[in-house]
Amino acid sequence: MLPEVAAQNPTAVELEKAVPGALVDFKTDVDGPVLYVAAASIIAVGKHLRDKAGFERLSAVTAVDWWPREPRFEVTYFLHSIEKNTRLRVIVRAKEADSIESVSRIWRSANWYEREVFDLFGVQFFNHPNLERIMMPADWEGYPLRKDYPIHGHKYSYQDE
Amino acid sequence: MKEGTTHVESLDPQHELQVADPSGLEIPYEPTSTARKMTLNMGPQHPSTHGVLRVVLELDGETILTARPEIGFLHTGIEKQFEVKKYQQGTPLTDRVDYLSNLGNNLCYALAVERLLQLEIPPMAQWMRVLLCELSRVSSHLTWLGTHALDLGAMSVYFYCFREREEILKIFEMFSGQRMMTSYIRIGGLALEPPRGWQKVVGNAIGRLAKGVEEYHNLLSGNPIFMDRTKGVGGLPVEVLLDLGVTGPLVRAAGIKTDARKDQPYSSYEKFDFEVPTRTENDVYARYEVRMEEMRQSLRIVKQALDGMPAGAWQADAPHVLLPDREKMKTQMESLIYHFKIVTEGFRVPEGSVYQIVESPRGELGYYVVSDGTAKPHRVFMRTPSFGNLQALGALLEGVPIADSIAIMGSMDFVLGDVDR
Repeated sequence: MLPEVAAQNPTAVELEKAVPGALVDFKTDVDGPVLYVAAASIIAVGKHLRDKAGFERLSAVTAVDWWPREPRFEVTYFLHSIEKNTRLRVIVRAKEADSIESVSRIWRSANWYEREVFDLFGVQFFNHPNLERIMMPADWEGYPLRKDYPIHGHKYSYQDE
Repeated sequence: MKEGTTHVESLDPQHELQVADPSGLEIPYEPTSTARKMTLNMGPQHPSTHGVLRVVLELDGETILTARPEIGFLHTGIEKQFEVKKYQQGTPLTDRVDYLSNLGNNLCYALAVERLLQLEIPPMAQWMRVLLCELSRVSSHLTWLGTHALDLGAMSVYFYCFREREEILKIFEMFSGQRMMTSYIRIGGLALEPPRGWQKVVGNAIGRLAKGVEEYHNLLSGNPIFMDRTKGVGGLPVEVLLDLGVTGPLVRAAGIKTDARKDQPYSSYEKFDFEVPTRTENDVYARYEVRMEEMRQSLRIVKQALDGMPAGAWQADAPHVLLPDREKMKTQMESLIYHFKIVTEGFRVPEGSVYQIVESPRGELGYYVVSDGTAKPHRVFMRTPSFGNLQALGALLEGVPIADSIAIMGSMDFVLGDVDR
């Protein structure tokens, strides 16, 4: 079901036509439209946005942790079209146990950004070419950017002593 | 000769150089061919990587077969630190991300929060921001040019570049009291009133810098050694570059005219007259030319900002966000209350999120600020240009001689603080 506010946005309307049921929510933020997309259809949505809507660049991928709210993660994709000079945010909501399909075969730049999200938030991506830690050491425990991860780290916590 | 054999056939493949690596990041040894491949670690303490970058190179003689950048040695968790600091305390953190263009980082963060707060910035502050950001772009490009030329064997350019860069750092010191970690652009305007007599100092510096740029041009542009090392080196098809997330001078040297200052003007850049230089050669030399031209254009902008600097306030009229004037704080009760509240509680930012981009010397710099309505940001994500550009390093180095890797890495102009955050 297309949210009412989305009916004014041509990108959202076209996306709903091309991939029915993919759009779950829509909002207009300070800097433009934000599309909320179902995790299962992220590949279909990505292909449509790249090939039909002209978003040839994936600028970045990141996540926002809304713990203790569920689903806690909002995996955010920043898209950019150089030709049309427009930007778009696509958000996928994910639970802790969820695994999202990697978009790195649509935009290769997703490779490192998804690794970073995995490293710092612990969001799993499947079909990723090399899902390893990128910032933290390979043997690090925990995911530092989660809201339930203390600022000084678990290992060096002195509060229990 | 069958495939994969090289000049050193007599050596047993079992004598492969194997480095014991406790971190577990070593490429696993696979005896796939009889060729003697060598794995070479470049960095993390290699002078040409300009920071702590480790590149694991697999070599066949002099040719690089694969290159794998390993990053994270400078990861300081700045994004995590943002979440426990008030909005105004975030500005000094932004300096330390890309330490060569700190004012661009300051500006991007300030613009993002100002958009959430819907603050109106007075023209004088906007123009001063433009002036300082362009000076910082020149200073960043001078550092790049000096070190890039030094990597390629031209020593004197380095000294000349740093001589001129010193002029810019002196200006920053005059404005903010700091040479490098300026934190001069704050949420709502500038940190301090511009110092008396700055027009003269900046005016003199522009002349010296413009002369300097022509001097480097004379030293390098026609230099046969420099041209041999850079022309036709380090190209990738432009679609691949865009696909890999590359921005800034690297794609402009490949013929794509994209610049955030023109595409999505911020801080009244639309009022300035300047060109976005592009080249189509798509090699290290084209990137050099693009950056040289960018320095000239930046000086043009600085000149325009200097000549047309509007008069007026240097801070927005927002007593709930900005600390009051010191004298008023001592004499007026309302100002004292605001002062107390801003220092103890901070200011609340309305719920919402914004992705603000700025053209940094290295490409697209974006701050994604998510607010949950409190005085501390819920999440600050930095889309740093160096991280995006570095992702293409593996593809750029594939199949090139190892000596060219120095030229290619230099032409990418990454800052490791910007990569690892």
